[in-house]
Amino acid sequence: MSVLSDYRKREQSVTMSTEVAGLGETHELLTLNIGPHHPATHGVLRLIATLEGEVVRDIKPIIGYVHTGIEKTAEDKQYWKVIPVIERMDYLSYYFNPMAYCGAVETLLGLEVPPRAQYLRVIHLELNRIMSHLVWLGTSALDLGAMSMFWYCFRERETILDLFEMSSGQRMHTRYFQVGGVIEDIPVGFAEKVQAFVDEMPTRADQYADLLEKNEILLSRLRDTCILDEQTLLGLSVTGPLLRAAGNPWDLRKAAPYSSYDHFDFKIPVGSVGDNYDRFRVRHAELYESTKIIQQALDGLPEGPFIADDRKVVLPPRHELATSMEALIHHFKLVTEGFRVPEGEAYYPIEGPRGELGCFVRADGSAKPARVHMRDPSFVNLQALAPMVKDAYIADLIATLAMLDPILGGIDR
Amino acid sequence: MPDASGLEAIAQELRDADPTSVLGTTHSGGRAEIQIDPERNVAVLEHLRGRGYSFLASLHGVDYYPHEPRLGVIYELLDMTEVDRISVKARVSTDDPRIASVIGMWPGANYPEREVYDMFGVEFDGHDDLRRILMPEDYEGHPQRRDFPVGGEPVLFTYNETDGYGADL
Repeated sequence: MSVLSDYRKREQSVTMSTEVAGLGETHELLTLNIGPHHPATHGVLRLIATLEGEVVRDIKPIIGYVHTGIEKTAEDKQYWKVIPVIERMDYLSYYFNPMAYCGAVETLLGLEVPPRAQYLRVIHLELNRIMSHLVWLGTSALDLGAMSMFWYCFRERETILDLFEMSSGQRMHTRYFQVGGVIEDIPVGFAEKVQAFVDEMPTRADQYADLLEKNEILLSRLRDTCILDEQTLLGLSVTGPLLRAAGNPWDLRKAAPYSSYDHFDFKIPVGSVGDNYDRFRVRHAELYESTKIIQQALDGLPEGPFIADDRKVVLPPRHELATSMEALIHHFKLVTEGFRVPEGEAYYPIEGPRGELGCFVRADGSAKPARVHMRDPSFVNLQALAPMVKDAYIADLIATLAMLDPILGGIDR
Repeated sequence: MPDASGLEAIAQELRDADPTSVLGTTHSGGRAEIQIDPERNVAVLEHLRGRGYSFLASLHGVDYYPHEPRLGVIYELLDMTEVDRISVKARVSTDDPRIASVIGMWPGANYPEREVYDMFGVEFDGHDDLRRILMPEDYEGHPQRRDFPVGGEPVLFTYNETDGYGADL
């Protein structure tokens, strides 16, 4: 007797249930484990979903799989050496993390950042925001079955990474932002390349819209799914595109401008319904607005120093080391001991690609921070997943998770 | 951030409601902070919430080692209409680190409170799901405390898997 027929024989011996599938007394809940390693969870996220048929009745996210203790590590490093580690928290917003951190340290030091440095920061922050949204758009579209979007988005992302490489030497985790400004002025030819990108980006964003907005599958999966109202979102401390999609135009770049954001003219895209489609539209519209900000920052880029000239905090220019004893001493002290920050606490919030990214720094007067805490938007926003997907289909759960845009590096830190 | 007199006015309002609730205020470097009695955190936060500071932007813990009481729970509140921030700090000791949960006011305090519990060991009374969030469930100790050593983390191999995390620390 062959193996196959043996299997068929055993199959026949199984008594199949004669009950009609559907809701009823015998209908039971199924607990389904999703992740931690799953392409649709956008990182190492584990979800325990309680399903009734195809409907999600409850969901519990389990996190901590990529917790690396960055906040603890930061307490053991000098202020300027903290920058590379905190960049690795939310690995798609590696200009935002140091911006929040440097902002907090600068507040504690009472350090004024020169205008050119502020503009250079804005250019890089907004390039980073576009880059982050492109990764989100590409991977989310991939989750919803639109594979080619991934390649198009990553093509433009490559252009941005090339720009980062040009200005800082690194494509990711660039360590470009320093306490007091930026590490280097932009190289010759950078402005032209950014200009070429800024000219191209709106057309590309139009093309994304053409590809997606007329796609019946995508629209029916996003429209009117997983709506969450503004008040619930506010109670859950949700910020960023998710809150704006529900109609609340809260954006720290407008509400409490930092780093010269008040110099630029841009709009805040808001949604009206608060469904997944609005979340998609808000982020897509932000691509255009960020491009506008970069254009204005590029046109109005002021002359002057790219980093503050406080020699007790900022490294002296390289060429001075050969001629000035004082510069050499400062350089030596800054590299070996680092700079000391007067006692105090600061919380510096900025508008990250996913919402309010706040950095809390407590200084105890030494050269190392006594506490660094990142209020990461992904961590807080993840709490909105359960109320969003309750009583929705499991397919909508995947779409909602994509539209939530969680970055597990930021959640787990 | 309210100005120095505005902060004092808010502190006075809180003192009028309950004379023991406010322990002090700090206004410096762009930060307005009220230090409160940890026993009365819910009443104070409810008052501030009614006053317009209705958004809980962040909740985090701090260890003030070697100062006593060592642990601090900081609430960063935000008034979205006036675009104004205020910080509320409650200090608890490591002997009995206990403070009331604010989940009733802000459901979004759930994860941050779990994080503070995980990292500093502060117990939030009234939190219905106070479990570790970032560290493994069977982890011993609260790693963000200042007297918790960096490094020396035991790596789990087959021979020591029965010992549990931190057994040889």
